Amino acid sequence: MEIPQALRYTKSHEWAKQDGGEIVVGITAHAQEELRDVVYVELPPVGKAVTQGEPAAVVESVKAAFDIYAPVSGTVTKVNEAIPKSPQLVNQDCYGQGWFFVLKPGQPAEWNALMTADAYATLIQTHSSGSGT
Amino acid sequence: MALKPEPLIFERSVPGRRAYRLPAPTAAGETLLPEEHRRQDAPPLPEVAELDVVRHFTRLSQLNFSVDTQFYPLGSCTMKYNPKLNERIASWSRFAQMHPMQPAPTVQGFLRLLDELEQALCRITGMAAFTLQPAAGAQGELTGLKIIRAHHRLKRKPRSTILIPDSAHGTNPASAALSGFRVVELTSGANGRLDLEELRAKLSDDVAAVMLTNPNTLGLFERDIAAIAQLVHSRGALVYMDGANMNALLGIVRPGDMGVDLLQLNLHKTFSTPHGGGGPGAGPVGVTKALEDFLPVPRVRKAGTRFRWEERSTRSIGRVHGFYGNTGVLVRAYVYIRTLGREGLQRVSRAALINANYLKARLSKTFPVPFDQHCLHEFVASLKPLKASGVTAWDVAKRLLDYGFYAPTVYFPLVVDEAFMIEPTETESKETLDAFADALLRIADEARTRPELVTHAPQQMPVARLDEVKAAREPDLRWTPAGAPDPHPLVTAP
Repeated sequence: MEIPQALRYTKSHEWAKQDGGEIVVGITAHAQEELRDVVYVELPPVGKAVTQGEPAAVVESVKAAFDIYAPVSGTVTKVNEAIPKSPQLVNQDCYGQGWFFVLKPGQPAEWNALMTADAYATLIQTHSSGSGT
Repeated sequence: MALKPEPLIFERSVPGRRAYRLPAPTAAGETLLPEEHRRQDAPPLPEVAELDVVRHFTRLSQLNFSVDTQFYPLGSCTMKYNPKLNERIASWSRFAQMHPMQPAPTVQGFLRLLDELEQALCRITGMAAFTLQPAAGAQGELTGLKIIRAHHRLKRKPRSTILIPDSAHGTNPASAALSGFRVVELTSGANGRLDLEELRAKLSDDVAAVMLTNPNTLGLFERDIAAIAQLVHSRGALVYMDGANMNALLGIVRPGDMGVDLLQLNLHKTFSTPHGGGGPGAGPVGVTKALEDFLPVPRVRKAGTRFRWEERSTRSIGRVHGFYGNTGVLVRAYVYIRTLGREGLQRVSRAALINANYLKARLSKTFPVPFDQHCLHEFVASLKPLKASGVTAWDVAKRLLDYGFYAPTVYFPLVVDEAFMIEPTETESKETLDAFADALLRIADEARTRPELVTHAPQQMPVARLDEVKAAREPDLRWTPAGAPDPHPLVTAP
């Protein structure tokens, strides 16, 4: 399972990337694999204020509909117009062309609370072998 | 069962063939519709004889999986058998031919039936009053949320948050969001139930209500419900219960006694009225005495031996449906309740519980049941052990069709991996339950020895595995004549 070292992660399987003072957000390889084929994406409007841990976007797959949570609080500055038209990009290239939106972070300290690649790898490892599943 | 796929009725069309010929319009008729509203060309309807129509739709009905033909263990939806007596009485002309505009004095018997149904639902749930208006469970939720909002507004302390456990029905957060509330999720505790500490941490003066499903979607009874209700009330919030799983509780425990302030019942789940495409549904809402004034109007009122409609009430949230809801459905529920009586209804829930626990006992060695404990009317098994052979819950659901069973709910609730949510209901015999368990265990064997049988299922249905991804990404929802562009495209192609 691909978990790029340069990114930070959330328990709800979003990734976040620092990019010139802004933060790019998407969903992880593990998330897209669990979701299976994504068939619909609803993105937030540009300019929307989002709060860390609260729903910011929606994906629908053949299995179910899921909320995508904002990894940090901030304002949406850009959204990936390509994915509502071609939802398969989320499955094909989740760390690249399948990005969801860009945030201007409101509280930079929140970044430090996000998981490192190693911590996230441990999380999905425990999840995959856990007894509660 | 007819096993050949049936073509579209348009594909049976032969130019000039007719089932019925309408008389030519009279001169007066020609002028009634203004010129600009008259179509120039005939609509592209299929040209078929009456017998073609009858055979086409009869064959389609034979392709259907239904509770009248097959075991239908669709968890969280209580697909129970609808006794034919309900249908027979609802089709009596005095019910079926009534007009909704008839004055109350001419429909006294029917108003009495509605009043008695409300009273019965009050006795079953321990609530003080009911409205029968909402047309479905989700509309019942919306009605409940409007009542919650009206309650806080009257106290001059509007609140904007609804707390919903992650094991609740999926419609709960949707209804709350649609009502303009902010939804905050409560994470289930390690035992699959609502965690009191989590609830305490998330309760605030902005919480209008906690919406919970009891028993929850894991089929587990919220044992702490009394403490939950007390805690919620101590912060001035209300307890809304989604009563969709009421089939587990009839005659055993009453939501009103648990501290629930309001709930909806799904008559098409618990009270044996038609379900799904066969609807329409009914989602009556019951409330405590303190909330009664907020119920929608009109309400059935009894004065002496006479019944009338009460059309106005200052605190009412207003109408939520035309007239008084889907009344034909209400007749069926009334017949069901009167036929079974108090003891019969209690036996319904007991048998539903025993059937679910029997199936769980037969299956849980092969398919682990997370939070394994006695369940109520349904349970959730995980098909994760099959993943090693490349077989998913999705595949097993398709394979079950080959064995003549409708598939259980899959991938819900989300808290269980490869979830298979099984609800047998009370009317199934031990033989049927055994046949279903045998089929699932055999499919588990197939997954190990011949996984392609399962991953390529169904093998014996009129159509093979459908391309659900393509169907969702490029929905083709409307027939158009060959070669002609769709005049009203529903979606623009990317």
